[in-house]
Amino acid sequence: MGKATVIPFGPQHPVLPEPLHLDLVVQDETVIDCLPQIGFIHRGLEKLVEKRDYNQFIYVAERICGICAMGHSLGYAETVEELMGVEVPKRAEYLRVIWHELSRIHSHLLWLGLAADAFGFESLFMHCWRLRERVLDLFEKTTGGRVILSVVKVGGVVRDIDGAMLREIVAVLEGLEAEYATIVSTLLTDASIKNRTVGVGVISHEEALDLSMVGPFARASAVNYDCRMLGRGAYGDLSDFQPILDTQGDCYARIKVRCSEVLQSIAIIKELVAKIPTGDIAVDVKGSPADGSQASNVLEQPRGECYYYARGNGSKNLERMRMRTPTSQNLAGMVAALKGCDLADVNMIILTIDPCVSCTER
Amino acid sequence: MGSFRLGGMTFGSLFKKPETVLYPLETKPAPAGLKGHVVNEVELCILCGICQKGCPADAITVEKKERLWAIDPFRCVQCGACVRACPKDCLIMDAASTAITVEKYRTERTVPDPKAVTEAVVAEG
Repeated sequence: MGKATVIPFGPQHPVLPEPLHLDLVVQDETVIDCLPQIGFIHRGLEKLVEKRDYNQFIYVAERICGICAMGHSLGYAETVEELMGVEVPKRAEYLRVIWHELSRIHSHLLWLGLAADAFGFESLFMHCWRLRERVLDLFEKTTGGRVILSVVKVGGVVRDIDGAMLREIVAVLEGLEAEYATIVSTLLTDASIKNRTVGVGVISHEEALDLSMVGPFARASAVNYDCRMLGRGAYGDLSDFQPILDTQGDCYARIKVRCSEVLQSIAIIKELVAKIPTGDIAVDVKGSPADGSQASNVLEQPRGECYYYARGNGSKNLERMRMRTPTSQNLAGMVAALKGCDLADVNMIILTIDPCVSCTER
Repeated sequence: MGSFRLGGMTFGSLFKKPETVLYPLETKPAPAGLKGHVVNEVELCILCGICQKGCPADAITVEKKERLWAIDPFRCVQCGACVRACPKDCLIMDAASTAITVEKYRTERTVPDPKAVTEAVVAEG
């Protein structure tokens, strides 16, 4: 047995789009311990709720993270609506979910492209981002923005999507589905990808539960939990929703779960477009959250469950706003997955967890 | 096997129209409602200050006495809150590109006083 050495990993590293530092304790090319360190991009956004009123804070909430922007504005709006007892029109709920599922498709395609790039599979990376661009174009046409959408407000949404545009969304997604199937079959059947991912970074079902893991990371270890199954908002009107699970708990299983979730999101959007009711898209929200009132909410972000908590103090500004994001839940699982792995597999394990450090630090 | 399928897809793209455009020689048409910089059509503005109150980035300043409406484009986050809040619909979002700058500036617009305009018309008449 050789002497243990500490190898620093990050905060600047080719596989990491965001700054995350890990101290890897390595012995004979095997990682025996891992100490994560965050705090490079903390912006104090939760504290800002004291300076901005509850309508203005929605624009701050969606800037927590560029990839999960739609999810954060939706989660925040739902929490404040619960705090103030506001009932959102049905059409607004449908539109919110359509945009949220589109953002899940764009997030997973972005991740898939980054993963392919890390494998050295440049052409697959180009194809993934080419498809993602079509989703961003849909955002541009329906909301006026590509990444930061600013389309949700407390009480509903600010823009409607007309029938022709809804049909265009379905047509674009149908075109995307066929090409996506080719990309996924390439990724999942390629021998070099299987060599690097099958049996790597295994997390058992029990470990996943013990470490309170969430999202595709947990579902790859057969944890049957997805916030969408709670049926909040338009999710309650879906004819059937089953979380996508896998039992292996390794990197390959995580890739499979995410790949299938894109197809699931496309199916959800198609169903909601077919069922979308007519009517108002927003209600007027007047007054302020009552002193001492509190509300909490969970939302399935592309990376897993995000928990929101808000407390009012009788003024336009909230007393407290707290978000527990999926990556902060998954960091413990990431450390567990890294222990005992080869140094060369660290990249793959971190990538398949898909850490979002901007969300974690806020 | 999968790589062959992707190879076929990549080969096929040789005979398709490119996905990208030759920017800046070619630009994509801007869709209706695309967000951009905020412009005030001052003839309609009543200097009510609702845009200033709604702005989450404190980018807008309204000085009623001086009849001045100003926006700091470097603070503006282009959320559109002011445009939606405006009771006179005098704020619009213009998606056209603006000139590149090396200095920070504030866009200031003097709002014409409707009373003064009426008096001037009467005096001229």
